[in-house]
Amino acid sequence: MSSSETMSVEEQLAAGQTEDGIVRAADGTPLKARLAKALRREKLRSFLMISPLLLFIVLSFLMPIGDMLLRSVENKIVQNTLPTVVQELERWDPASEELPDEATFAALATDLKIAVKERIHTRLGSRLNYEQSGFSGLFRSTGRAVRKMEEGPYKEQFIKADEDWGKLQTWVVLDSFKAPYTAGYFLNAVDAENTVDGVQMKAENERIYIQLFIRTMWMSLAITFMCLLLGYPVAYLLAHLPARTSNMLMILVLLPFWTSLLVRTSAWKVLLQGQGVINDLLVWVGFVDDADRLVLINNQTGTIIAMTHILLPFMILPLYSVMKTISPTYVRAAKSMGANDWTSFWKVYFPQSVPGIGAGAILVFILAIGYYITPALVGGTSGIFISNRIAFHISTSLNWGLAAALGAILLVLVLLLFYVYDKIVGIDNVKLG
Amino acid sequence: MKHKSLLLAAAASTALFSTTAIAQNEDLAAAPCEGCAEEMTIVSWGGAYQESQLKAYVEPYVAATGVKVSFDESSAEATAKLRAMNEAGNVTWDVVDVVASDAIRLCDEGLAAELDPATDLANAPDGTSAEDDFGNLRVNECFVPQIVYSTTIGYRTDKVGDTPPTEICDIFDTTKFPGKRALQKRPIDNLEWATYCNGTAKDKIYEVLSTEEGVQAAFDKLSTIKDDVVWWTAGAETPQLLADGEVVMGSTFNGRLFSAIVEQDQPIDMMWDMQSFDLDGWILPAGLDEARMKRAKHFLKFATDTQRLADQAKYISYGPARKSSAPLVGKHEALGIDMAPHMPTDPANAGNVHNYDYTWWADNRDDLDAKFQSWLAQ
Repeated sequence: MSSSETMSVEEQLAAGQTEDGIVRAADGTPLKARLAKALRREKLRSFLMISPLLLFIVLSFLMPIGDMLLRSVENKIVQNTLPTVVQELERWDPASEELPDEATFAALATDLKIAVKERIHTRLGSRLNYEQSGFSGLFRSTGRAVRKMEEGPYKEQFIKADEDWGKLQTWVVLDSFKAPYTAGYFLNAVDAENTVDGVQMKAENERIYIQLFIRTMWMSLAITFMCLLLGYPVAYLLAHLPARTSNMLMILVLLPFWTSLLVRTSAWKVLLQGQGVINDLLVWVGFVDDADRLVLINNQTGTIIAMTHILLPFMILPLYSVMKTISPTYVRAAKSMGANDWTSFWKVYFPQSVPGIGAGAILVFILAIGYYITPALVGGTSGIFISNRIAFHISTSLNWGLAAALGAILLVLVLLLFYVYDKIVGIDNVKLG
Repeated sequence: MKHKSLLLAAAASTALFSTTAIAQNEDLAAAPCEGCAEEMTIVSWGGAYQESQLKAYVEPYVAATGVKVSFDESSAEATAKLRAMNEAGNVTWDVVDVVASDAIRLCDEGLAAELDPATDLANAPDGTSAEDDFGNLRVNECFVPQIVYSTTIGYRTDKVGDTPPTEICDIFDTTKFPGKRALQKRPIDNLEWATYCNGTAKDKIYEVLSTEEGVQAAFDKLSTIKDDVVWWTAGAETPQLLADGEVVMGSTFNGRLFSAIVEQDQPIDMMWDMQSFDLDGWILPAGLDEARMKRAKHFLKFATDTQRLADQAKYISYGPARKSSAPLVGKHEALGIDMAPHMPTDPANAGNVHNYDYTWWADNRDDLDAKFQSWLAQ
């Protein structure tokens, strides 16, 4: 509550003091109750005004994200498809290094017959194939065989249908993924896996995600830094040139901003490629040899150049709007007291532009971290981001659990960085104008 | 046979609709479709391929039935979108065009409907059953193949000297053919080619790739040219890279090379050695309501009959998936050239062919893809 309101309450207190010490309004109700009622109405009105937006955000943003995050641990498919097998496996100890008993195989036959009828056995096969190659085929072939299986004993029949049922590893995988929730996707997302001997890092030639996370982070930071380096002087000019020139400059900033992302990325391809405009020019001038053209694309250089260009307006615009509000009198005052150009800029002007830097940097960094179209087109193999793998698992491999786990880790990393930023710079110190 | 004569009778009674088709074949589009939906959404790839489908059978079908057809150019994301639609309980697609490996995934996931070739597909004009006519190209119960396409190698005629590359292993020969080469950013095809060029017999490739050492050897072979490779993800990239002179050779789909060479007259030529056959075809989403499913099946039967698949080859250089369609392949609609020599299935081109094993890849894709990505990142 603001101080002026407190004052007025106090004034009323002084004016309307009654014998029992309770302040009352003209109709005799206690003033406190009247005030609370008015405030409540106010709150309700504000709430009603934002409720459509709130509802929209909850329905179209929070719930899908929540659902997606849930997928990163959800694993009910094993229990739903093979309920009795899961029960039987409770009695089985993988460390015994023996195959499960006949009862488990009988349970497998019962469960699979139902699953085949409902056509859900292959779905479980694709799910477990993410954990170990071959499960997809195992369930497909067993699904065909199980229809023709005779009444018990089942163990030999299953092993005859597919020899993988006779392998310990098959059952270890099934056993370790029988729980309705699993850490498997998250382990996978940090290049680890659950083995008989506990959690272990994957083989050297299968590790990929940690490296991609680190690359995404440092490249996004590099892009943010490049944007700042290039954007700061432009924003300064925009804010301080006479209106006519600065409007012209502003159009030059906004024009690429309005151009399609794909068009800009393709344009960079034409410019940067081996036989591209930049290399042709350098060869013509004689800076580089024709046989030894610069490799500017399909690597990290390409990604950083193209993404810096694409994200530059997101740095320039917040910087500009903050710089516009910095009064020129401070710099003049500093100069009149003997500061040189550099000191007056660094000690007086720059600190006042920091909120703009904060806003621009956060905007660019967060956008960069989730980019995948541009890295996919100009990044080659060394310039792709973690989001490219997330997109791959969503649309191609259909391993949504892993995609969700990777997304969740990315989200946590961003929040972590946000926290660090808040501690160092302070989140209040961010302004968009 | 009774079934066929019924159809013929139906065709004759509605001969007004499509006279040309009747002359060659029974007109399935004009066959009555009771209780069928009057609208349908076809999902395809867009571009020249969708155009060929439109001309070869969608337009004739619409002309004969008056059904309202809309296209959704979502085939590239069809698996993910179908799963999302299925989970939301609102499938808005009726007929979906996908590649064979996606069809396997969709069928395994229970997202595609199983079809019975005896009732859902048309027999060949000579009476051969649909099942025999498509043969092993029907990779599972859900998939109806339309075309055979191949991933093969194109090269710049002006940058390979007097002896152009003639066999697949030339892509690994950087002394004879210096310069960059474009390869698809996925393990499929590349690992097989590498294994083959390590000296493995063609029919032993998958056996070798099933072992750790075999996979390692294939990656080692690929490592010899790793610095010379530009990895592509969209089929249009290689023709562009070739035209720009960015690469001297590269893999892509044969139809893309056909249009770069024949339609755009670029200094490009292609070699067919160890071309990797792949299939594209239809699936129907699982869980369509009865009226829509009936309409989808009615369309499917017409669109995949012998004449329709042969017609499609007039517009694009992909081979029809039916054996009985091959002799009917004619000339390019606009250019008037004979299309048969440009088909991947033409005997002159199919001398040494790599048959991509879908089921093996369905099992090993997740694992090898992780290895491939890790290898790329090293």
